[in-house]
Amino acid sequence: MKKKPERNTHFWQGNEACAEAAIVAGCRFFAGYPITPASEIAEYLGKKLPIAGGIAMQMEDELASIGAVVGASWAGAKSMTATSGPGFSLMQETIGYAFMTETPCVIVDVQRLGPSTGQATKCGQGDVMQARWGTHGDYSAIALSPNSVQEMFELTIKAFNLAEKYRTPVILLADEEIAHMREQVTIPSLESIEIVNRRKPKLGETAFFGLEEVPPMPTVGEGYNVAVTGSTHNEYGIRFTADPNVHKRLVERLNSKIQDHADELAEAETHSIDDCQIGIISFGCTSRAIYEAVEKAEAIGVTVGYARLKTIWPFPEKIVKKLAKTAEKIIVPEMNLKQLYYEVQRVAGGSSEIIALNKIGGGELITPEELTAKIMESVKD
Amino acid sequence: MSEQFSVKKYLRDLPLPFCPGCGAMTVMSEFLRAVHELGHDDLSKFVFCSGIGCSAWIPSPYFMADSVHTLHGRSIPAATGIKLMRPDVDVVVFGGDGDIVGIGLSHFIHAARRNLDIFVIMVNNMIYGMTGGQVAPTTPFKSITTTTPYGSFEHPLDAARLAVTAGACYVARWTTAQPNELKESMKKALGIRGFRFVEAVSQCPTAFGRRAGFKNAGEMLKWFKENVIPIHQAEKMTEEALGGKIVVGEFIQRQRPTLVENIYKAIEEAQEGNEKS
Ligand SMILES: Cc1ncc(C[n+]2csc(CCOP(=O)(O)OP(=O)(O)O)c2C)c(N)n1
Ligand code: SF4
Repeated sequence: MKKKPERNTHFWQGNEACAEAAIVAGCRFFAGYPITPASEIAEYLGKKLPIAGGIAMQMEDELASIGAVVGASWAGAKSMTATSGPGFSLMQETIGYAFMTETPCVIVDVQRLGPSTGQATKCGQGDVMQARWGTHGDYSAIALSPNSVQEMFELTIKAFNLAEKYRTPVILLADEEIAHMREQVTIPSLESIEIVNRRKPKLGETAFFGLEEVPPMPTVGEGYNVAVTGSTHNEYGIRFTADPNVHKRLVERLNSKIQDHADELAEAETHSIDDCQIGIISFGCTSRAIYEAVEKAEAIGVTVGYARLKTIWPFPEKIVKKLAKTAEKIIVPEMNLKQLYYEVQRVAGGSSEIIALNKIGGGELITPEELTAKIMESVKD
Repeated sequence: MSEQFSVKKYLRDLPLPFCPGCGAMTVMSEFLRAVHELGHDDLSKFVFCSGIGCSAWIPSPYFMADSVHTLHGRSIPAATGIKLMRPDVDVVVFGGDGDIVGIGLSHFIHAARRNLDIFVIMVNNMIYGMTGGQVAPTTPFKSITTTTPYGSFEHPLDAARLAVTAGACYVARWTTAQPNELKESMKKALGIRGFRFVEAVSQCPTAFGRRAGFKNAGEMLKWFKENVIPIHQAEKMTEEALGGKIVVGEFIQRQRPTLVENIYKAIEEAQEGNEKS
């Protein structure tokens, strides 16, 4: 057998990196429905997953895709779907079901420009709030946002790990720009990549839906007699459709198992966040403009700090607050009409002035020049 | 079949949710009787999936088994994921007519087309029972329901014929007035592979019967008995003569390569191809 090189470098498209990462993370079931700009994930997995012994299915629609992903997860497989805004909307009811039933799975949303079919092939960042509040009821989301092809790889693996660790659906909130660009990706040796697998119960255990913050998850067909339901249920999966205490206990735990770990889940690339005049909070493709803009501003003596969020949900409040302590003004550039902006306002509005920088249409990115201009304008007033 | 049959053997010790006289109970007990007669002492060979509705409650959480109670209309997608990843278990889906051929219709057709190896049991009570008696895609023409107070102006869907057209391997329809035939068809379906569909025309005395002028479940069963036409007889009848009748019997039994077989073969071929290259 040929020995694998320690480190591998590839020149991959974002969607390809996502597909490759899914396989490395242990994904063995993919179900999806074609949609630009996410289809390449299904195409790569259609080619590669069978070789890894897994199944990639094209279903009749997104409702079926996410439904099959949930079923496969209960059958013991790490599973994933990939879509874009319109399909993501169709999946929302089942994302809530996966949350309620504590079903680990990964949903990749490669954002495009909505609402509706909008400008279907163009980039946008308009699903930030859909990722947070897309389903009905009291819900907490985990959503990660890559800003490079390298991160499409890394955060896809992280998405699987978090899904398994917290027994919950995890959203990879990518965008058309990152999904379609080609960049060099370096993969460390496979043994050095951390892979998390769900904790399984011992035979005879029955509390699959409570007693612990994240209960162990059985697999169907192994004699556990697990009753899975999206209706309110007690620790043993038995439905209680009227008891207020059972509902409160379940839904509060489901939310707190994520919210109580918000700081631990928060991942961001930061620069000078404890000493700067101007701050920037950014994510995804838009955040690629920060580096040059900051360099230019700093060259003329303006200190700029930024937090480039890899975790969007739960919102990394601690990091944003830290930046707000020092930055007089915080700029939030995003390719939508203010979505993350209000979240920054909520967390940091009391101590900093929050300035929006928005751009929508045609998939045009916010340029470093536009961001630099905003920084300069902010310093002047 | 040494032991005496008792539904209790297969059920959790919980009160059942159905109204008195509900046909879903007949479907539940005939299924368990079929399982018993096939020699299963427990339900460990099965995984059950259902959606939302009274009929979807048959397995969940009452069966002492693995059951995945999904969203309204989405039982078949979940069953797809389960069956593909666990080809060794027998996946059985229970659902109402609204669940299976209303909101979930497209999954039903595609699962039959793919010949996904699952057994779908549809309780056709001709109404949306759980939500209080609204018109269903199976409601007979001119029926009074809560949303068609002047009588339904649509014609009902023939789910059994649709399943045949879509590619199912086994299709049968009976009414709850024919429990033995129903059970025998379930036994047959459990013994073969591929997409199998049994439709049980069933009484919902609460949400359908009352408005349709039936005093109780017994009257509805009498209506079933008086209106069933065996399929071989129906084939010689005109559409007009079949109006208001319930065609029962076995609609098809055939063998086709199943989705599980096809998919695992494709995986093997992909792996062989990869090794060669
Ligand atoms: C997406 C969605 N739409 C509507 C409902 C409300 N709903 C619950 S059960 C049901 C219909 C039930 O009818 P059927 O499937 O025929 O089952 P039955 O209760 O008659 O056995 C509806 C419309 C729902 N739960 N989810
Ligand atoms: S409403 Fe109808 S279908 Fe539902 S339990 Fe009562 S009788 Fe059965």
